[in-house]
Parts: sequence; C-alpha cells; structure tokens
Amino acid sequence: MDVRDQPLLQTKGLTKYFRTSRGLLHAVDHVDLEIQAKKTLGVVGESGCGKSTLGRTILRLIEPTEGSVLYGGEDIAGCSAARMREMRRKMQIIFQDPYASLDPRKTVKELIADPLKVYKTPKSRRDELVGQMMETVGLAERFAQAYPHELDGGRRQRIGIARALVLQPEFIVCDEPVSALDVSIQAQILNLLMDLQESHGLTYLFITHDLSVVRHISDEIMVMYLGVVVERAPSKELFASPMHPYTKELIRAIPIPDLNPEHRLVNSLRGEVSDPIEPPASCRFAPRCNYCTEACLSSQPALQDMGNGHFVACALHGA
Amino acid sequence: MGPLLEIRDLHVEYKTHDGTVYAVNGVDLSLGRGETLGLVGETGAGKTTTALSILRLLPDRIGQIRSGKILLDGADITAMSEPQMREIRGNRVSMIFQDPMTSLNPILPVGRQIEEALLLHTQLSKEDRAKRVDEMLTAVGLQASRKDEYPHQFSGGMKQRIVIAIALACNPELLLADEPTTALDVTIQAQVLQMMNELKKQFDTSMLLITHDLGVVAQTCDKVAIMYGGHIVESGTVQDIYEAREHHPYTTGLFRSIPEMNRDSDRLAPIPGLMPDPMLRQEGCSFHDRCPHCMERCRREKPDSRAVSPTHSIACFRHERKDR
Amino acid sequence: MKKTAGNAPKRRGQFASICYRFSRNRMAMLGLAVFLAVVFFAATAPMFADYEADAVKQNVYAKFFSPGQERHILGTDMYGRDLFARIIFGARLSLLISLSTVGASLVLGCLIGSLCAYYGGWLDTVTMRIVDIFLALPMTLMAVTVVAALGTSTTNLIISLTISMVPPFVRIVRSAVLQVKGSDYIEAAVAYGSRDMRIILTHVLPNAIGPIIVQATLNLASVLLSVAALGFIGLGVPSPQPEWGTMLAESKAQMRYYPWQVIIPGAAIAVTVLSINLIGDGLRDALDPKLKNG
Repeated sequence: MDVRDQPLLQTKGLTKYFRTSRGLLHAVDHVDLEIQAKKTLGVVGESGCGKSTLGRTILRLIEPTEGSVLYGGEDIAGCSAARMREMRRKMQIIFQDPYASLDPRKTVKELIADPLKVYKTPKSRRDELVGQMMETVGLAERFAQAYPHELDGGRRQRIGIARALVLQPEFIVCDEPVSALDVSIQAQILNLLMDLQESHGLTYLFITHDLSVVRHISDEIMVMYLGVVVERAPSKELFASPMHPYTKELIRAIPIPDLNPEHRLVNSLRGEVSDPIEPPASCRFAPRCNYCTEACLSSQPALQDMGNGHFVACALHGA
Repeated sequence: MGPLLEIRDLHVEYKTHDGTVYAVNGVDLSLGRGETLGLVGETGAGKTTTALSILRLLPDRIGQIRSGKILLDGADITAMSEPQMREIRGNRVSMIFQDPMTSLNPILPVGRQIEEALLLHTQLSKEDRAKRVDEMLTAVGLQASRKDEYPHQFSGGMKQRIVIAIALACNPELLLADEPTTALDVTIQAQVLQMMNELKKQFDTSMLLITHDLGVVAQTCDKVAIMYGGHIVESGTVQDIYEAREHHPYTTGLFRSIPEMNRDSDRLAPIPGLMPDPMLRQEGCSFHDRCPHCMERCRREKPDSRAVSPTHSIACFRHERKDR
Repeated sequence: MKKTAGNAPKRRGQFASICYRFSRNRMAMLGLAVFLAVVFFAATAPMFADYEADAVKQNVYAKFFSPGQERHILGTDMYGRDLFARIIFGARLSLLISLSTVGASLVLGCLIGSLCAYYGGWLDTVTMRIVDIFLALPMTLMAVTVVAALGTSTTNLIISLTISMVPPFVRIVRSAVLQVKGSDYIEAAVAYGSRDMRIILTHVLPNAIGPIIVQATLNLASVLLSVAALGFIGLGVPSPQPEWGTMLAESKAQMRYYPWQVIIPGAAIAVTVLSINLIGDGLRDALDPKLKNG
C-alpha cells in the first residue's frame, strides 16, 4: 500500500458552518477524506453529527464554508456553475426518504427520465434508457405510468436509485438509503446497491446511522461525532479493534438479535450529544467520554495514523 | 389468576375511499402480569392497529373492530362504553408512541403534562401531585427542577423519557409501547431501553412492545409474537424464538435478512417479494407467495396456530404433525 | 392508503388522466357546464337580442317590467331596457374583465411569488415589504387611484384591478412555494443539474398549484364586485354599456320595490362565480394524482 492511486474523490479541510441566531453551528468541521474508485466509504454517526451535511456539501447542494472537494483531481468546490452542472452528471445522490425525494406529480417513467431531459437526451433514446434502468433496478414495466404514492417503500427507493443511475454517474452519495425501509426490503435494496456497484463500477459514499448496515457494504468506515471525524479504518479493522471510545460505545449500543448474555446492553455512555453551536475548544466527545483527562479539554485532537489504514482522533492514542 | 390481557380472534378493518383494508385478521395474544411481550413485524403487519384496538383509539368511523374479544383482567374492552374507556386510558393502560416530538404538547411545561394524567385519574392533592411529578422525572433520569421547561428545551431522547414519565405516572397495569426507541439514536436507544427495563420492574408494569427490531426484542422481552399480514404467525418465549430449531418460514426469513454484526457475509438473504396487499382478502396462508416451502395446500387453506411445545406455537402446515 | 403489487395502475397519459379525474368529479362537471352555458350566451348574444335596440336604447314606456311581461323574459330595468339582453351582452364585458384580470395577476403573482420564495434573501425581503404596503390599502381604493390616474377605459380598468390583485397572489404563491421548496425532490433535481427556472416551472409550481387555484377562483368574484364598486363612483365601465357589477350597483336604489332588478344581475354573478369555483376545486383535485386513481 505504498503507492496509492489517485483517489476518485478527496476532500481537504472541508467545512460547513451554518449561521444561526445563537452563533455558528459547526456542522462539518475540517473533514479530510478520500475514496478510491469503485470502493465504498461508509460514514457513520448519530443525528446531528454532520454526516448528511457532509454528503450534500461534497455535491455542492450546500455550499462549503471552507476547504476543497477534489473530484478526479479537479476542485469542484470553487468551480463555475456551468462546470458544476457538467460535473453533476458524474455525481449523484440517493435520499433517505423514498417518498419525499420523488416529485409526487410525476409518473415513474417521468421521474426516471427527468435527469435525461435536463441534458437534452432525445425522446427515443430517453425511453430506451428509462426502460433499461427500470429493468436494472428491478421495477416491472407495468409500473411505468404509476405514481410514487401508489408504490411501496421498496419500489419507491428503486425509482430513486434508477433516477440516480440513469445519467451513468461514477460516484453516488447514498444518504441513509435503507433507513426508512423494513428489514426484509432493506436487505433487497442493499443487495441491489452492491450488485450495481459491481456491474456499473460505482463509487459510494454511504451515509448511515446503522453500523450493521455500514459494516456490510463498506470497504472503509469513517465515524463522525459533532462535525468531526473521530476514527477512520478499513471496515473489518474498525469492528475488530475500534480505538476511539465513541466508536466502541457505538458498537456496543447496537442491540444484537440473540440471547447471548455477553450481548446484553451495558450502558456506559452518559448524556447526549452536546450543542453543535460554537462548540468549546476541547475534544468534542469529552463531555460524554469515560476516559476524559485534562489533556482532552485543551483541544480537539487531530487524526493520527495508527498503521493498517487506521486513523483515530483521540488523546489516548497519541503518538 | 388469568392473564392481564387476552386478545381472542381479533379482526379489525379500515373502511377507506378505495375499499376495505383488512388490517388485523384473527389475532390471539395473551400477556401475563409483569411480562413483556414483543410484537414484531414489518410495516403494515397490523401491530399498531392491534395496540390501538386495545385502547379503542382506532380512527373514528374508518377503523372498526369487526369481531373478537379483548379482555383486560377478564373484562371485555370491546363491549365497554366510552366513559368506561376513558377510565382505562392513561390510567390502567397507557401508550407510548414512536415520535416523541409530536406526542408532547409544545405549549405546556412538561411538569404540567405529567400532572395532567394525575389530575384526570387520581384524587391526589396539589402537593402530592407535585411530589409525584418530581418522582416521575427522577425515575426517568431527568432533573426534577426541569419540570417548568417546555418540550422544545429537551433533546429527542429526553422527550421520550418525558413521554414515558407521563405514561407511567398513574402506575398503569399495562403499557403499550409502539416503537418507543425507533426515532432515537443508538446510544440514546440503549439508555432508554435500559431505563425501561428498570422501570418495568420498579413499577411492576406489563408491557406490549411493538417493534420491527429483533435486537431490541432480545434485550427487553420475555415473550415474542411475530406478526405478518394481520396474523400472528409464530409466538413463544424469547428462547423459543431465538434459540429453538423450528420456526415459521417468515421468522427465519426475518432473521436472515438482518445484516449481522458479528459475522462477515457478502450478500444478505432478503425475503423475496412484498407484503400482501391488505385490501385483498387472500386465500390460504398470508405468507404463501413469499414462502420458499409453499405447498399446494398453503394456497388454499389458512393454517391454524399449532403448539410445537407448551410455550411455542407456529401457524404453518409444516409443523402441523407435531400436534398429534 | 398505498396500493401495492397486483393492481398495476391503468395506462393513461398524464393529460388524459387529469381529464379523466376531472370528468369523474360531478360537481366540477356541473360547474363546467354552467360556465360553458354563460360563455355560450355571451358569445352568441347578437342572435338573441339586438345590442342597440334592446340593451342600450332607453324606452320610457317599458320601465320596470316584471320577468315575462311583454316578451321580456327577465323584465326590463328603470330605463326600459331588456334585462336579458343586458345580462347576455354584459356577460361579455364581465367575463373579459374578470378573466383577464385574474389571469394577468395569476401570472405575475406566480412569477414574483415563486422567485421570492425560491431565492429568498434581500429580493424576498424587499418585495414582501412592498407587498405588505399594497395589502394595507383597500383593493378598491388602489384601483380607484390607478383608474383616476390613467383615465377611464376598460383596458385601464383591467390594469388597475390587476395591480391591486397581484399582492395577495404573491403572498399565497410564496407560502405555497416555500412549503415545496424544502422537499428532497427539489434537492434531487438540483443534484442532477436542473436549472433554477426549470425547477420552478416543472417541480415547484405544479406542486404548489392547489392553494393558488383556489385563490384565483375566489378572486374572480371579488373582481366582479370591484368593477361594480368602481362603476358606482363613475370610474367603472362607462354607461350605457351593460356590465353585471354596474347593473347591480345602478339598481340598488330600486331594490325595495323591484327586487328583480338586483336579483337578476346578482344571480348572474353568483352563478358564474360558483361555477368557476367548482371548476377550480375540480381542477385542483384532478391535478393531484394522489387523490383517486385515474
């Protein structure tokens, strides 16, 4: 792993602060990440950790406050609107709520064809591509004229996937794509996403709050807490030896569906996520951390390379 | 002493513009004192409808109990008058909903909202009520001094704690919890689940926990009922469901489609197909068109629930012979 | 209730399915029939009566006839003019003024309102404050000022009413658009590179149309009445041209003894407005695929 290929997507110091009446809300705070082509980077964290904002800032659906997003080496955080529109063909997003993300007044066919219309694809070609897409994501042709509200959550999410895929992008931000679905349907959609990655050579940024889902689909996982990355590691490595106290608690908090007494919930994580507005200089996790020391209160530790592609931002694992 | 809650052959329908929705089609359940029963199933399985029927809170004119009995301590709820029901709701039976954001009144201090239940159902004096409010807030892990604050001043997890405090204020015999932790983050969920486990013992309350999460059930329940298409397809103790060898094919499928935390596997094993349309009355077993073991008979007849052990029953023809 | 597998929806084009849903709405069809009848009489008025002889020329011997008296099926007014003739000729002007006023203010309101809501910022703040000022003035007073400034003519009347009607439209459109604007599907459209104008026209406005249509149909009624009010102070449609609102205003004095004088133009206004309201409601429902499967 000496020579890494150039990553497909890379962010450097990507930051988004929202202005609120009480001060600056640090939604995403100097995030560095990179994703190699055809790989999946999972982003995990609880609500308010900035994971969705991160995804949207990368796609410039939200303008970043600071930092750069390099796509294939080109900085898209600062490029012109016209250039950005071209880039959007390559970068797509799948949303969490498969109902809210589909225009309720359009039929399935129109929904999937809409991105093609934007890029002025001729009608005949459009129909052909829409037909192909519906087949690819497993939507029967008879639903072409149906409206989203007539379909169940799983099928709606398939429409969302088809719409994201129809422009033949390289990179897709999956923002909690299965969180709103039932388990049996969730598994169908996860399998579909994995198959598509294989067949279309897709690169995913997979945002979720569900560790068991992210473990399943990701090559590498990034754990976020209050806008900062606290740990990043290859998927297996992260679950085998989590280092950051927050990651450990997150893994422990998942209720495991068996009766093994070792899997009983032991709740050692105190309190709740603190206020993201004007956070103090200390480590963001310090107020809830069981290992908090004097050193933790002075500054937010930076990510440290622990070897094997494992990075952690914690004073306990300092050099 | 009989069970605290017994549901016998409950059928519930919704009359909508587009036709009749057969939401619950013959549910049998029984819940003893101090027990926690997990009612597990996916969207549209009829879990919430079952719970709402117990409190007779089905939407007016649209939802109605067609047949069956719901016995609370032996008294049939389905035959009760509205004033009698008001005596039960919030007092003997209370309910916690999924979304803590919408189940609290935004313009009343949280202490007032807890007191409201006491005001309706108890004869306590003002001082005693205030004391009880403080007790309840402490019990759910909040500072009693925060009783004058408004819901928006609390985080999601704290709001759900307040909802639980309201539900438990009158010391109900039965608590219906409809996905109480689904809207919460995992670490907060772990806190709330633990708290609920402790409170249950402390208040000696029976609980019907509705959830889609088999992990949550394993952590909290004594008994489990798996629901599909308006039926209970399998029921038993947690040991029966999580450790016994025989299962309803739907239960097996449900377990297989969960991405496992402690095993690396590349592909998941989803259950093919979708839930049956609740608008159509189906012939045969409700699961037959998704079932890998479907037989000719499954398409024609509805399987009855058969006991495979004294505590464990399965509604599937494959397990029928064990009966004799 | 969502529908799942099994019953695949019937195949129908979008326009055809809107028509189908509209045709299934009995009240809307009734409204359409009445409205078409009004339009028919307005268009073919010269076949039933002579403009000069029946609707304009005064006849002192035929004042205040009751409906049906001497071949005047709706009677005559205080100058002996045939009311039926005046109603059907008046329909032309009334419909012209009300439809073009509402049409123009609808277009302007949608444009300004959606731009304000979509872009927000100072554009929104400034525009909305101006709108607030306009809203503080009574609509009729506004119109009076504009007509007085521009001079009395039908065109100026339409312009003045439009100006006074745009601000409430802007408010309604803005709030409807604000609701839609936050939706994920708008974000999705941005994500695949749609331009702002396209997003507003194809995603935002169609989803905000419900309250806008209701407001438009309600405004038709107030336009007709405003014309009457302006007519009353001599700034409306110049006499002796027949126009419903003006007819209503002119005959108010005789209401006590000759109630028909008021009832007939009043009923014409009420029936027309009602029919348009029914069409509006039906249209709103027909445009929404969530209501009833078509």
